[in-house]
Amino acid sequence: MHNILAIWRREMRAYFVSPIAYAVLTVFLLLSGFFFYSMLNYAIQASMMQGQFSAPQPMDVPGMVSRSFFGTTSVVLLFMIPMLTMGLFAEEKRRGTIELLLTTPVGNFQAMMGKYLASLTFLVIMLLGTVLTIGALFLYGNPELKPILGGYLGLLLYGAALLSIGLFISTLTENQIVAVVLTFGVILALWLIDSFSSSAIGLTRDVLSYLSVIGHLDDFIKGVIDTSHVIFYLTFAFFGLFLTYRSLESMRWKS
Amino acid sequence: MIEVEHLSKVYNQRKAVDDITFKVEKGEILGFLGPNGAGKTTTMRILTCYMPATEGTARVAGYDVFEESLEVRKRIGYLPENPPLYHEMSVKSYLNFVASIKGVPASRRRAQIDDVMEKCSIGDVRDRIIARLSKGYKQRVGLAQALLNNPEVLILDEPTIGLDPKQIYEVRTLIKGLAGEHTVILSTHILPEVSMTCSRVVIINNGRLVAMDTPEGLTNQMKGAERIALLVEGPREAVREKLQAIDGVLQVQAEGGDGGRPVAFTVECKLQTDLRKLIAQTIVSQGWGLLELRGVSLSLEDVFINLVTQE
Repeated sequence: MHNILAIWRREMRAYFVSPIAYAVLTVFLLLSGFFFYSMLNYAIQASMMQGQFSAPQPMDVPGMVSRSFFGTTSVVLLFMIPMLTMGLFAEEKRRGTIELLLTTPVGNFQAMMGKYLASLTFLVIMLLGTVLTIGALFLYGNPELKPILGGYLGLLLYGAALLSIGLFISTLTENQIVAVVLTFGVILALWLIDSFSSSAIGLTRDVLSYLSVIGHLDDFIKGVIDTSHVIFYLTFAFFGLFLTYRSLESMRWKS
Repeated sequence: MIEVEHLSKVYNQRKAVDDITFKVEKGEILGFLGPNGAGKTTTMRILTCYMPATEGTARVAGYDVFEESLEVRKRIGYLPENPPLYHEMSVKSYLNFVASIKGVPASRRRAQIDDVMEKCSIGDVRDRIIARLSKGYKQRVGLAQALLNNPEVLILDEPTIGLDPKQIYEVRTLIKGLAGEHTVILSTHILPEVSMTCSRVVIINNGRLVAMDTPEGLTNQMKGAERIALLVEGPREAVREKLQAIDGVLQVQAEGGDGGRPVAFTVECKLQTDLRKLIAQTIVSQGWGLLELRGVSLSLEDVFINLVTQE
């Protein structure tokens, strides 16, 4: 446990002394803020139009905005997550510090968990940054709390799953660029499965739509916390970590 | 303390280490000598549990490096060829990190870090970022890292590389001071380093162990004859004849001596004989001028070149 903490602490420090963390945070918050703003605009206009042509009906503007906010944020995260994991092992391999980690009493599992938890912590920091944006809804409206909390939980689980894939890919190379491109490719493929599934039929369709990482997010955003989705993401993360662990073990043999 | 038996490591069908067997006793400093690519680093990496051997066993402090890797890792300090430094950290926070993953209890960390910083004389850069340090400092931070947690066994891959002469001297003194309490294996291709610091030498070439002895033992073992160098003022051929006539002299070589200048002779004598006195008497009694006389010992360098080219 104490080794995990030591590795976690070092990784957190590494994030914040490198410009990558600030670039990722800035771009993420700017993009998610921009989408929030344009959606808010759109929703307000829609509600005004509706008011002009017919008798005003109650319209859930904050609900609309928060739903589409979580949807677009999940896409922005798709681009950001590879940056969080690319260096975790690749950089250790390039610098030769992996030789230190593997020859001290730190186990592979501890090294992996320390790094994984650090990337997860960074994701939480990113998500916390958007609380201010969402908070604006509470200032001027009266949104339902449940879909928002559900949305955050969903994004966290979704991020946890994708981070584990990134962590695994980072063990495969000593080049951060290769790691980021591969991770992005894999994540994108998992995301695009969603559109493939709509054109497929029968069992293929069911399997493909089950594998779609983004499809499982919908219910969270609606405020429904379905354990099957939670299990999907957790299984996914577990699988990614399992691959990482295996890859670390095989590194000793290959090097 | 360290027992290596029939160790081999194969990379893509190439044998990097080929059936090496040696032992290191507690408190010894063993020098690992060999040209680049001889298999020094590979052997060290196997000993530090970084990679497994293809065949054979290695035990450190009684624990098998493969079966009981964790126990071994608790007992070694390792300085790889490229010091494993996190460039974005300061020296102090780096050492603090290493101390914590090596399991130094928090209460003793500070004292230990101060101690290794002093030993490696890096106290003056404790708050500097590692990326901005010179090569010599980086090397010494790497060494300091290896010393943390006071390991029983130290494995140092070319510890003095990149250091200036004064730092090399300091690091050698430091390593020598570690003997007794610690068992040290150090690799190098700088020969004087071995004769100065190590109690025993292992020479490897092309993955095979070609010699193992004390530095003195090696030089003795390798020389076929005692050699004496002379500088004499006198007639070249006459001197040569006289020298050749001395009992025990195998061969005399002469060099120079044109235009009345002194002649340099190299006399090879039978092993375990000391003819210096006799030679001096012979020359002086003839009335020639004996300007210089000294015993020539084979340097470790000659031994090394001999062994490595023999292969």
